[in-house]
Amino acid sequence: MKYLHLVWSNLKRKKLRTSLTLLSILVAFILFGFLSAIQQALVGGVAMAGADRLIVRHKVSIIQMLPESYKARMERIPGVSLVAHQTWFGGIYQDPKKFFMQNPVVPEEFLSMFPELVLPTEQKQAWLATRTGAIVGRTTAERFHWKTGDRVPIQSSIWAQENGSRNWEFDIVGIYDGKKKGTDTTPLFFRYDYFDEARGRWGKGQVGWFTIRVADPARAAEVAKLVDQEFENSSAETKTEPEGAFVQAWASQLGNIVLIVAAILGAVFFTILLVAGNTMAQAVRERTGELGVLKAIGFTNGQVLALVLVESCLLTVLGGVLGLGLAWVMISRGDPTSGLLPMFFFPTRDLLVGLGISIALGLVTGIFPALQAMRLQVADALRGT
Amino acid sequence: MNESGTDNGALVHVDGVGKVFHRGSEDIHVLTDLHLQVPAGEFLALMGPSGSGKTTLLNLIGGLDRPTEGSVTIAGESVHQLSDRRLAGWRARHIGFVFQLYNLMPTLTTERNVELPLLLTHLSKSERKKHVAAALAMVGLSHRAGHYPRTLSGGEQQRAGIARGIVTDPTLLLCDEPTGDLDRKAGDEILKLLHALNREHGKTIIMVTHDPHAPARAARTVYLNKGQLSSEPLA
Amino acid sequence: MTGPLHWILQVGAITKFGLLSIPQRRGAVTATVIGVAGVVAVLVGVLSIAAGFQKVMAVSGSPDSAIVLRSGADSEMVSGFGRDQTRVIGDAPGVARNDRGPLSSAELFVIINLPKRATGLDANVPLRGIESAAWQVRDDMQIVQGRMFEWGKDEVIVGSGAAREFAGLNVGSKIKVGRYEWPVVGVFSAKGGVPESEIWSDAKVLQAAYNRGDSFQSVRVRLNSPGAFQEFKDSLTSNPQLNVKVIRQSDYYVEQSETLTRLIATLGFLIAFLMAIGAVFSALNTMYSAVAARTREIATLRALGFGSGAVVVSLLIEALLLAVVGGVIGGSLAYLAFNNLHTSTMNFQSFSQVAFAFQVTPRLLVRGVVWAAVIGLIGGLFPAIRAARLPVALALREL
Repeated sequence: MKYLHLVWSNLKRKKLRTSLTLLSILVAFILFGFLSAIQQALVGGVAMAGADRLIVRHKVSIIQMLPESYKARMERIPGVSLVAHQTWFGGIYQDPKKFFMQNPVVPEEFLSMFPELVLPTEQKQAWLATRTGAIVGRTTAERFHWKTGDRVPIQSSIWAQENGSRNWEFDIVGIYDGKKKGTDTTPLFFRYDYFDEARGRWGKGQVGWFTIRVADPARAAEVAKLVDQEFENSSAETKTEPEGAFVQAWASQLGNIVLIVAAILGAVFFTILLVAGNTMAQAVRERTGELGVLKAIGFTNGQVLALVLVESCLLTVLGGVLGLGLAWVMISRGDPTSGLLPMFFFPTRDLLVGLGISIALGLVTGIFPALQAMRLQVADALRGT
Repeated sequence: MNESGTDNGALVHVDGVGKVFHRGSEDIHVLTDLHLQVPAGEFLALMGPSGSGKTTLLNLIGGLDRPTEGSVTIAGESVHQLSDRRLAGWRARHIGFVFQLYNLMPTLTTERNVELPLLLTHLSKSERKKHVAAALAMVGLSHRAGHYPRTLSGGEQQRAGIARGIVTDPTLLLCDEPTGDLDRKAGDEILKLLHALNREHGKTIIMVTHDPHAPARAARTVYLNKGQLSSEPLA
Repeated sequence: MTGPLHWILQVGAITKFGLLSIPQRRGAVTATVIGVAGVVAVLVGVLSIAAGFQKVMAVSGSPDSAIVLRSGADSEMVSGFGRDQTRVIGDAPGVARNDRGPLSSAELFVIINLPKRATGLDANVPLRGIESAAWQVRDDMQIVQGRMFEWGKDEVIVGSGAAREFAGLNVGSKIKVGRYEWPVVGVFSAKGGVPESEIWSDAKVLQAAYNRGDSFQSVRVRLNSPGAFQEFKDSLTSNPQLNVKVIRQSDYYVEQSETLTRLIATLGFLIAFLMAIGAVFSALNTMYSAVAARTREIATLRALGFGSGAVVVSLLIEALLLAVVGGVIGGSLAYLAFNNLHTSTMNFQSFSQVAFAFQVTPRLLVRGVVWAAVIGLIGGLFPAIRAARLPVALALREL
């Protein structure tokens, strides 16, 4: 630690250059944060998926419906401990561009299937007591300034009521939060019994997909097979897979996001490596003489190497911490695409990865100048002054 | 060898030292079969024309460079045989350097500059402070402790350089043209200071110099010419 | 002596000195050039995704064709008609006819799961049931391999994009639709448009397989001329038997691509903008060090009578040149790496996959180089001003 002022004073030598380098490193880490959040938003759902949950959908495609009556048959399959269903409502509130999901569900089973949705008990009671009641996630509630007691009109692009109207109205009886940071708190959920009775002839008794909780996650694959066997050769065959696999397939439909993000980050960090590496090389070249003096005084080669490396690491870690911090602040302000990326946040794991990268960046950019400094011949270096 | 390493009263033994530099295919013999002994407590001035090898000799004694042949023994240590790593540690304990261009770190205050060699010791922060203060007092620069080199005059910078050279109380103080970049008055002040350090504090000093006033301050003057030493200047 | 020619000569001389000193500053110069190249490559690369997607959508619809959906439906997925309604639509004024009747195709649109070749994971592939006029209501449809399916038979043809992106769509293989297995008998192209991502069968066959009775989801018509659209639309929307929305096919596809294009463009610009800021810092660094390295030289020139304006301009030119070189490198890299790279993505509106190729268009390349130039100018301006303000006497003494 007693050498720290030495390192620090070197960074202050050319304040402008240090600041500019620091700023470019900082920007790289803001980008790192943003891309992490984007990736999180697009593929992060996989990590949030419950290991004990299976998704059952129509074998041909998710858009085809399954009979609600399947539920009872699934519940009889050994290893299945809970079954809940949802249906895509495809509703629009005010503006089709302000997208959020709304699904009819059966409150009791739905809430116990998804314990990551936290709803106050009295609001749950209110939902059970209100046929037209709906609960909505905190994010969407804040976005549209909805409060409990509000009656919200939603137009469905899919479902008409018996009278032909596509305008549905729901009473907001509760606002739920996510237990974990990655929980999507944009959807609105309303009651299936109200929905099924009100919808017209078309689709009655049909639901979109089922979620199954298995008693033993280790036997999930086995249960999935049993479910599919149960409905084999019926008019609506099923495809059952773990929630994680389902989410992953869904995300990969967008394209290979992980690869694209990795490519961009690769380009960014390669550039920063060059910029910061060049700065360090310049900084070492400029003080060949000083390094010679340090060696004459009795600093060992190893100490000189360490001094330069610590200096470059200090620069990159400082830039990294500031950049990640700023990214954190910016990302906390929410989804920049108005609703397309509901799970837009900065995962803690990536924050740590970012810190690791900042140290690695310092080592890589510093190592060549440091080796150069280490190999300086004292007599030559002094002559150079 | 006895403990003080002065087997015939001398602290520094330079025995049959030769130094060859390679420039391309050409060999340049800077020093050949050179002998020099410096007893402890001496103030030796080493004079000679440019390119005579004065600085090379000083570097060999200070362990900054290795002789092509011969041996350099200081206080009983065969300096030319030490590894780079041991040599660095040895320099830290035994040698203080003073340079012509002062070679102060522009980013550090006077105080911090003087403290540099102490960072290599196990002294605590408060002990280091004490030593720095003592060294600065010895060179008469206490009032400039907190200033940066660029705000000091040349003479003051060289005083700071000397303070850095003596702060660890080294066995040997090596000065390479300490007055070479100073005006007459400041140069004389520095010579006076080195003289005092030698007389009053018993420092052993070897000083490479061009300065015509140097022999008057030094206890002994030797002249280096074409790689050979003599006690008389060249006519 | 102070004419504009003289001034240009001054600028030229100083710029030349600057460029000649580049080898000595190659580290910093390389960092800047590559920094700018990185920005431009990412900008052009990301936007070429949007451009490719948009191109598919743009070539898919011509202004003299229209699509009719149930009112309130934003895509075929959620639309629906009975046979009687589709007949009324086909007979409406403005619809072109040939000897077999109106050029009107009532169609079904469903989705089946097929694994993507790239990932092996299930993706939503559109399966369309068509009527014979489907070939006339779209532009440039062609069978490129195999043959057309036989009407009334359980056969399908696949678009060339779908054949490329999804597993099991070669001529001769069979696709599973529910309990049925339908052979693939041909591959068709649609000059790069959306239909190329689809699988086609006879509408009647699909109706039967999906228990759809005699219902459809959309009707596409070829109009007599682009101008006939209004007449066609008015007659349908004023018809009390119908509750429909009528859109030109060209507009329909623009609408369909909006969400994804917006997503990509928003994120692409955000990323490129941040990168550009980083590149500006890098350029500033380089040009400041260029000025520092040449302090004496610049001061000497000033002492000889060169104007400070000439110094500023020549440094700006140098920065601009470096940045533009970087921009061209970045653009070329993006072109080589991404142009015509085939992939597919999900179209949010139709819930299904659209095959497309990245398009590095000349417009994007120009945009990339413009960004590079702006980065260079900003990066050069402040160092240039500093150089111009150097007190000559002081700078001469330096070093």
